[in-house]
Amino acid sequence: MEKKLTCIVCPLGCQLTVQLNGREVVKVEGNTCPRGAEYAKNECTNPQRTVTSTIRCENGGLVSVKTDRPIPKEKMTECMQLINKAVVKRPVAIGDVILSDVFGSNIVATQNKP
Amino acid sequence: MRDLVIIGGGPAGMSAAIAAYEQGVRDILILERDESLGGILQQCIHNGFGLHKFGEELTGPEYAWKYEQKVRELNIETKCNTMVLDITEDKVITATNAQEGIFQLQAKAIILAMGCRERSKGALNIAGSRPAGIFSAGTAQKFVNMKGYLPGKNVVILGSGDIGLIMARRMTLEGAKVHAVCELMPYSGGLARNIEQCLNDFNIPLKLSHTVVQIHGKERLEGVTIAQVDENRRPIDATREFIPCDTLLLSVGLIPENELSKAAKVDLSPITNGAVVDQDRQTSIPGVFACGNVLHVHDLVDFVSEEAEIAGKAAAAYIKGNTGKKVEIPVKTDGKVRYTVPQVITVKKDITLYFRVGSVYKNVRVNVTAGDKVILSRKRPKVAPGEMESVTIKAELLENVESLTVSLEVL
Repeated sequence: MEKKLTCIVCPLGCQLTVQLNGREVVKVEGNTCPRGAEYAKNECTNPQRTVTSTIRCENGGLVSVKTDRPIPKEKMTECMQLINKAVVKRPVAIGDVILSDVFGSNIVATQNKP
Repeated sequence: MRDLVIIGGGPAGMSAAIAAYEQGVRDILILERDESLGGILQQCIHNGFGLHKFGEELTGPEYAWKYEQKVRELNIETKCNTMVLDITEDKVITATNAQEGIFQLQAKAIILAMGCRERSKGALNIAGSRPAGIFSAGTAQKFVNMKGYLPGKNVVILGSGDIGLIMARRMTLEGAKVHAVCELMPYSGGLARNIEQCLNDFNIPLKLSHTVVQIHGKERLEGVTIAQVDENRRPIDATREFIPCDTLLLSVGLIPENELSKAAKVDLSPITNGAVVDQDRQTSIPGVFACGNVLHVHDLVDFVSEEAEIAGKAAAAYIKGNTGKKVEIPVKTDGKVRYTVPQVITVKKDITLYFRVGSVYKNVRVNVTAGDKVILSRKRPKVAPGEMESVTIKAELLENVESLTVSLEVL
C-alpha cells in the first residue's frame, strides 16, 4: 500500500510517499533529510504531536506551556483537559515543569512570568 | 547624539542590535512600544521556530527569550513602552513614553525593525452587517494566548495564511468548532506543514477557491455565506452555502508597517510595501537600514533574524565610516517573480537574493540574467507565493554586470 504524507518536522513541508506492507514501513520517498523518514515511520505507526497551550496563573495572567516532547496524537484532547485544569503560581521561568508525566512528556513553561 | 537607534524590539530589532554590538558598536538603543521585548513572538506560543537557526524546535516566546537574554547580557539599552512618533531624513527620532514625555534623539544610524500588521482588506468587500465576532487571526491569537479569552465557539476562517491555520488548531484545542477555512486562491497561502498539522489533524476542511460573500447577524455574528469563486475570483451564485457561526477570523495577509519610514521619506516598493534596499539592507537614505517584516513579510522568524544580522553589521560599518557605494546594479523581475530583496546591489560581493513568486508553478528554472546572458540558473520542483525562495550569486559573476533580472522559466 502507498500512503502520501506532508512532513511537519520543518517548514519545508516535504511531500512524502510511504510504501507500507501491512503496518510495516518498507520505503519512504520524497524526504530531504533523515528526520523526514523518521517522521513518516512514526506517522504510520504511532503518530505524535507536540501540544502547546497556556496555563492560568492563580496570581493573575497566563503562562504559555508545551509538552517537552511529542505525545501520541490521539491523546491531544486529553492532554488539553489536563492543561486546562492546571493552575500555577508565578513566578514561573522558562523550562519549569508544571505538570509531569503527561502521556510520556512533561508540561513545561515556555515563558518567564515574574 | 546616539550611534545606533533601533526602532522595534522584536526578533529583527534584537538580532540587529546584537549583530551591531558584535561589530564593536556600544552606543545602541532599542525603542519598543510594547511592555516587553519579543514583538509578535510573545503571542506565538506554538512550536516550530528556530529549527533553521538553532537546530531545535522552539515556541515563539522561547525563541524571543534566546535573543532577549543576549541583549541583556550585552547590556544593550532598551526602552519599552516607548512609542516612536516620527523619524526625519536627518535621522532625528521623536518618541514618547510615560517617564520622559516627548523626547528627541539624533542618531548616526537607524535600523527600522517595526514589523508588520495584519491586512484587514478581506473584511471590507464583504456584503452584510458588521456585528461583533469578526477578528483578525492575530487579534484572536492575542485574546486566546495572552488574555485567556476564547473569542467564540463556532468559527469560520477567511484566508489560509499561517496565522489563520495556527488559530484553527488553537481554537479547536480550546474547545471551539472550526467549520471551514476559505481561501480565495486555488492554493493556500500557508505552509504545507500547517495545513497538515493544523487542519488535517482536526478534519477541518480547507475550501480552496472559496470566499465569504455575506455576513449575517446584528449584535453578534450569526453566520456567513460562503461561495466558490471562478477563475476570475468572482463568486459563483449556485455554490452559495450558509454556515452558522459566531466568529469569523481573517487571515488575509500581512503588510509591513511603514508609517515611520514614509515620514522619513524612505523610498518604498509598491510590491513589498517595504523599503527599497541594497544588499546591506540600507534604504534610500544613507545610514537608515530596514530588516525583518517591516522590509518584506517573511515566512520564518529564523530568516528575519538572519536578515537583521545583515542590517546590524552594515549599520556598524556605516557608523565606523566604512561605507562606500561602489556600483549600482538594479535587480529587476519578470512578473512571475514578484519581487526581490535586495532590489539594488551596490557592492560586488557574494549576494543572496530573496524573492517571492506570484503564483504556484511546478518544475521551473530560476534564471538570473545580466543583459541577455544567463549568469545563474537553478531548478526548483515547485515554487509558491507562500514560500520565499533565494539564490546566491557569487561575486565573480557580477563582473561587468550593469543590471540583473530574476525570472522564472516553466519547464
